[in-house]
Amino acid sequence: MTARRLPDGGSWIDRSRPLTFRFDGEEYEGFEGDTLASALLANDVTGGFRSPILGRPRGIMTAGPEEPNAFVEVSQPWFDPIVAATMVELVDGLVAEPRAGVGRLPSTRVPSRRAEHRHISVETLVVGGGLSGRTAASAAASRGDRVVLVDERHRMNDAPDDVIGLPRTTALGIYDDGYVIALESTPELERLWHVRADHVVLATGATERPIAFAGNDRPGVMLSTAAAVYRRHFGVKVDEAPALITTNDVGLVARAMVMDGGPEEGPVINFQIDPISDELPTDGSLLVSGGFNPNLTLWRAIGGTVEYHRRFACFVPGKGPPWLKVAGMANGEHIPDCAPVWYVDGERTTAFVDLQRDQTVADIADALDAGLTSVEHVKRATYIGTAIDQGRTSGVLTAAIVNQMLGTGPDAQGPTSARPPAVPVPYTTIAGPDRGDLLDPIRRTRIHPWHEEHSAVFEDVGQWKRPRYFPRTGEDMDAAVARECLAVRSAAGVLDASTLGKIEVIGPDAAAFLDRMYTNRMSTLAVGSIRYGFMLGLDGMVADDGVAMRLADDRFFVTTTTGNAAMVLDRFEEWLQTEWPELHVYCTSVTEQWADVAIAGPKARDVLGALGTDLDLSPGAFPFMTFRDGAVAGIAARVARVSFTGELSYEILVDGRRALELWEALLRAGNAIGITPYGTEAMHALRAEKGFVIVGQDTDGTVTPDDLGMGWIVRKDDSDFIGRRSLRRADTSRSDRKQLVGLLSDHLLPEGAQLVEEDTGRTPMATIGHVTSSYRSPSLDRPIALAMVARGRQRHGQTILAPLPGSTIAADVVSPVFYDPEGARHDG
Amino acid sequence: MLLIRCPWCGPRDEIEFRYGGQAHIAYPADPDALSDADWADFLFMRDNPRGPFRERWYHVHGCRRWFNAVRDTSTHRFVATYRIDEEPV
Repeated sequence: MTARRLPDGGSWIDRSRPLTFRFDGEEYEGFEGDTLASALLANDVTGGFRSPILGRPRGIMTAGPEEPNAFVEVSQPWFDPIVAATMVELVDGLVAEPRAGVGRLPSTRVPSRRAEHRHISVETLVVGGGLSGRTAASAAASRGDRVVLVDERHRMNDAPDDVIGLPRTTALGIYDDGYVIALESTPELERLWHVRADHVVLATGATERPIAFAGNDRPGVMLSTAAAVYRRHFGVKVDEAPALITTNDVGLVARAMVMDGGPEEGPVINFQIDPISDELPTDGSLLVSGGFNPNLTLWRAIGGTVEYHRRFACFVPGKGPPWLKVAGMANGEHIPDCAPVWYVDGERTTAFVDLQRDQTVADIADALDAGLTSVEHVKRATYIGTAIDQGRTSGVLTAAIVNQMLGTGPDAQGPTSARPPAVPVPYTTIAGPDRGDLLDPIRRTRIHPWHEEHSAVFEDVGQWKRPRYFPRTGEDMDAAVARECLAVRSAAGVLDASTLGKIEVIGPDAAAFLDRMYTNRMSTLAVGSIRYGFMLGLDGMVADDGVAMRLADDRFFVTTTTGNAAMVLDRFEEWLQTEWPELHVYCTSVTEQWADVAIAGPKARDVLGALGTDLDLSPGAFPFMTFRDGAVAGIAARVARVSFTGELSYEILVDGRRALELWEALLRAGNAIGITPYGTEAMHALRAEKGFVIVGQDTDGTVTPDDLGMGWIVRKDDSDFIGRRSLRRADTSRSDRKQLVGLLSDHLLPEGAQLVEEDTGRTPMATIGHVTSSYRSPSLDRPIALAMVARGRQRHGQTILAPLPGSTIAADVVSPVFYDPEGARHDG
Repeated sequence: MLLIRCPWCGPRDEIEFRYGGQAHIAYPADPDALSDADWADFLFMRDNPRGPFRERWYHVHGCRRWFNAVRDTSTHRFVATYRIDEEPV
């Protein structure tokens, strides 16, 4: 056979614009409007491809997205690891290599096309720009609809007036209520369209079906309509006189078109007339037409049913959602009558059904011999239909062969359905612009620039960047954390606590509302005072902790853990809206408005005094667990005496815009006493020394206040709060629950380590708990840990074991309060 | 992707909403009066019908309001949505 470009013709190409491209190392020429496949055929490159498993030589078999053979990697001017050559629009300088059905990721970064997402809402979306699609689009536009018309081919007839026409755009998936995701893929960019439409019309046409016969996978075998497309749209003739095997008249018409009415030569097998009368040619060009399958992938993906049509020997649409219509060939219109011939018996091991999976009639027969009867099971046994082409040419064929071999009749089982996306989509396109710095919002505190200047090592806490520690020259993390901790214990440290969640709860019923949300009573809190509280789930488990400051009778300022700020506000809203609409309460997030700087240590009061404030700092006038509004360093501030370190501590809340100014003033004022910025790592170690829990680290949603030894935080009167009833459930009041304990060991215990009473040396061992927090305590100069251990409070004084790979660490069970158990230090 | 009609904002994409489980399960007036079994029933047990189901939705990335809906669990079709303070449909 000799494929060639004719001197004229080809409605999709522009012969005045020649292009140069490279394929498999050779340089070729084509025209603008070519696909890579049409340009290869124009250069008489019909083969050059291999099948993925058996390595058999293969050629271009189709002219569209159903191509099972001619896969390439495109490396210039963009990168695509695997794509059908029939779907690659030719551009000048294109470089491509054949790929045997499997893509390869490059080891280095490759040029990717710009990727973006677009959302559009219209009355009507039409998928498919053929005659039926354009007719449907035109009709919808004329009744006033906004209309989008997408077509996967790079050439589309002009869209009707007032219709947004998108060529090169493949509908990838269809979802509830007229939602369609489509990929617009051009040499410059990949654009993912999210279309919401009141009505969707599928004018997706029909795909010609091959026939399984011995040797049907060799280069030169081509679907008859593909040859006609190459002739008509690209001016490429695949052969002067191709042979034909057909079940229908379209095959005959297509062959005549390819031959330009030339001399009738070559064998023609027409199953409509008689069974095989000629020998099938084993080389040269052979056109195949096994019939036409309406393209119903999207229809079936959204639950549309299909019915077998005996005359057309294919499946046509049945029932589907009310907003979805099917038009044209996809709806079974203009499908030619067709002899139901699926395979030609003979050598079954080379009669290919799924070319991209190298699966044959023999493989289907094997699966049935093994006892399988369902097309779904045959698919999973053979992998038919699971390759990149998603069974476009093999799906109906497989079902029909199964039906025939089982003798169940052609309508017994239909093809399996394909999952979205309809064509491979690069992850870079799905990500769109949401990559790198735009992957997720990054939240920085107002003091962040100072942290950066002072070499802070950051950690991510939710979306926040928080300084973990501030290493000095030559310091590793342990050394820096030890220095920061000791400074807090001996002089003073400053912490940027601005990330703490903050919610204002306002209204005449604010106090009553907070009583219901927290385990302790907030309504008895005096204005100017602070109370620590637990919030439980309905199941009685600790969900969050924080403090509430009473600003006025009807106004509270509530803090949450950094990571739970949104959850707590949502929970407030849920209860207020759904259960207690009669409560007059408003909740407002003020996390971003207030910066929060904590100064902690025995010298904290001195530093604050030196800094200059109009507040009376004496312990009598400003006791622990109260707050005062005043000026600090000339900045309007709310100062709270709370402590997460056990030391004398003030949290200074100011307008975020003045936070950096406050921070720098504090450092200047404390310079003489060696004030030290500390990060989250020191904060964690300091609080662990005091046995203060972190919700989410020492708790995991299965822990009650009593488990933490914090039953004191749960009020004992008759008033209700969320989770209260659950604390009386049999399971929550079990005596053998895990309880918070301290562990002392000679070696640092890994967080998460399982704890046992006896190390049998063999797994599994009965565990009694696990380590939740573990640090090298700078204040005690030894490893300490917090753990949840069954009946832990009864075990104080016992030694338990942490069996680890290669070693076992012994640990003494002690109270979780390692440092200053009397709590003497928080007054300085 | 479902198109959900928020009673306050009108039809919006499903991604703007958060699902809130079965609707019209009131928090008991006096939880202390409930037996452990009755409390567990309130806490954990929910209906799972095939067909119309009254459920709660939260327009979390919109007006931040909770509302109720009747959805057919076999077709995902929303039969109705209504405000929290409206009578069940």
